[in-house]
Amino acid sequence: MARAVTPRRKMLNTAVAWIIGLLIFFPILWIVILSFKTEGDAIRTPLGVLTSGWTFDSYSVVQERSDYFHHFWNSVILSVGSTVLGLVIAVPSAWAMAFVPGKQTKNVLMWMLSTKMLPPVGVLMPIYLICQSLGLLDTRIALTLILMMINLPIIIWMLYTYFREIPGDILEAARMDGAALKEEVLFVLLPMAVPGIASTLLLNIILAWNEAFWTLNLTAANSAPLTAFIASYSSPEGLFYAKLSAASTMAIAPILIMGWFSQKQLVRGLTFGAVK
Amino acid sequence: MATKASRAAARAMISPSVILLLGWMLIPLLMTIYFSTLRYNLLMPGNNPFVGWENYTYFVTDPAFATAIWNTLLLVGGVLLITVVGGILLALLLDMPMWGQGVVRIMVIAPFFVMPTVSALVWKNMFFNPVNGLFGHIAKALGLTPFDFLSQAPLASIIGIVSWQWLPFATLILLTALQSLDSEQLEAAEMDGADPVNRFVFIMLPHLARAITVVILIQTIFLLSIFAEIFVTTSGGPGDASTNLTYLIYQESLLSFDVGTGSAGGVIAIILANIVAIFLMRMIGKNLDA
Repeated sequence: MARAVTPRRKMLNTAVAWIIGLLIFFPILWIVILSFKTEGDAIRTPLGVLTSGWTFDSYSVVQERSDYFHHFWNSVILSVGSTVLGLVIAVPSAWAMAFVPGKQTKNVLMWMLSTKMLPPVGVLMPIYLICQSLGLLDTRIALTLILMMINLPIIIWMLYTYFREIPGDILEAARMDGAALKEEVLFVLLPMAVPGIASTLLLNIILAWNEAFWTLNLTAANSAPLTAFIASYSSPEGLFYAKLSAASTMAIAPILIMGWFSQKQLVRGLTFGAVK
Repeated sequence: MATKASRAAARAMISPSVILLLGWMLIPLLMTIYFSTLRYNLLMPGNNPFVGWENYTYFVTDPAFATAIWNTLLLVGGVLLITVVGGILLALLLDMPMWGQGVVRIMVIAPFFVMPTVSALVWKNMFFNPVNGLFGHIAKALGLTPFDFLSQAPLASIIGIVSWQWLPFATLILLTALQSLDSEQLEAAEMDGADPVNRFVFIMLPHLARAITVVILIQTIFLLSIFAEIFVTTSGGPGDASTNLTYLIYQESLLSFDVGTGSAGGVIAIILANIVAIFLMRMIGKNLDA
């Protein structure tokens, strides 16, 4: 909707937008700055913080004292593992519903979505007790499966909306050219489906990485991902601003970068195709 | 196009997800309902007798329940108000011609990708802390007494934190919807002498109505389950001033280990969430036909 405006108007828009944008972004910027300060400098006045020296110390201290990368690795395993597992189960389902829709397809999709509406706290006790009786409390395998289940409806829905956009006619054309079913899938459909699958992968890794109900309630030292590890700073470690900042910066940086790449998919994925 | 064979294949491809989701939904749900009728506390091993509605009456008549429901409504309502109004304004702003639009957009969206425990702790320590927090420093610089946000206004502070996290979501969706608006319509209205306010009220707002509804419904589903932000900032306190329904059930379940009462609370939470879910499902279902 680019309409012609006067340069003065454009200047004003730019100024207002940048000020508001910087204000919203400021907390993130601030922890990045604090992470490069000593503990003493990090609690000084804003001016004091900005004029003090810079150091990498907090990053190495966080790793030494708390085995940061153990938790970072847990986050990677949980988010990537649950998403890949989810995709393995979801791709065939979404594929079948998009290309061989039946009378029940819509109902099945709606029902799958409805499972996402179940508030996690409603089933906290059963899941906790099931994990306890199977000896799965504080294990990565239990959390990987749980995160996979809570994101499975989103994965199926996203894939479905992407697959549905692949034109069916192209199959007919391939068939006319004498392609077998296997070739059809491998050389015609798959290349067209890859971008959708990649977007789904990206968004669901982000969602799983930031999930903070099950990870807080079902983990302890062993399988805690970063969400739960950072929560351990709530007191009294939270008073160590520089270390909290360093730990936080490392926890959000990879996801922030992935998130910026997946802005568009975010809208589609989280609105279940209702807004595109 | 679909043959009998391809239908059978399709069914086989769909069944793993259906079976998994069915199990994931039904087994814990039935267990919750079953537990909610038992006197069952992990700290008091016994034979867990059937007690009917006792857990429900106990949970609902606890004064903390009324507080938690009220807090939940304030939390959801407050965040929705801030994010929807703020999101519309930001979307309108970002839709205007400017330099560096992409960068501003990236900055505005960023908070959504920050994990809940990080954003809550950063606000708690770096901003709200009356001694070393940024707001405390600013107050002191202005000669005012620093305000202890999380003990004086715990719920409002949490509403602030959660709004910061969800404002990007509302903005992004409303901006996407706004950009799909036909600019010719706006130009025509402009030529007919409609001022900016009228253009917003009569053209943009109706166009955004659907997106706004989607934002409200989806956010409500997530906001009803706010947990981590409360867990790391106030632990529901002081007293129960910032305890929402999710946190209250967590307290009954994993702090008191009262499985029966926690499950009764869980069933109530499920019913509440389903009321919202029905409306959301209708919206999405309509879209599926189109």
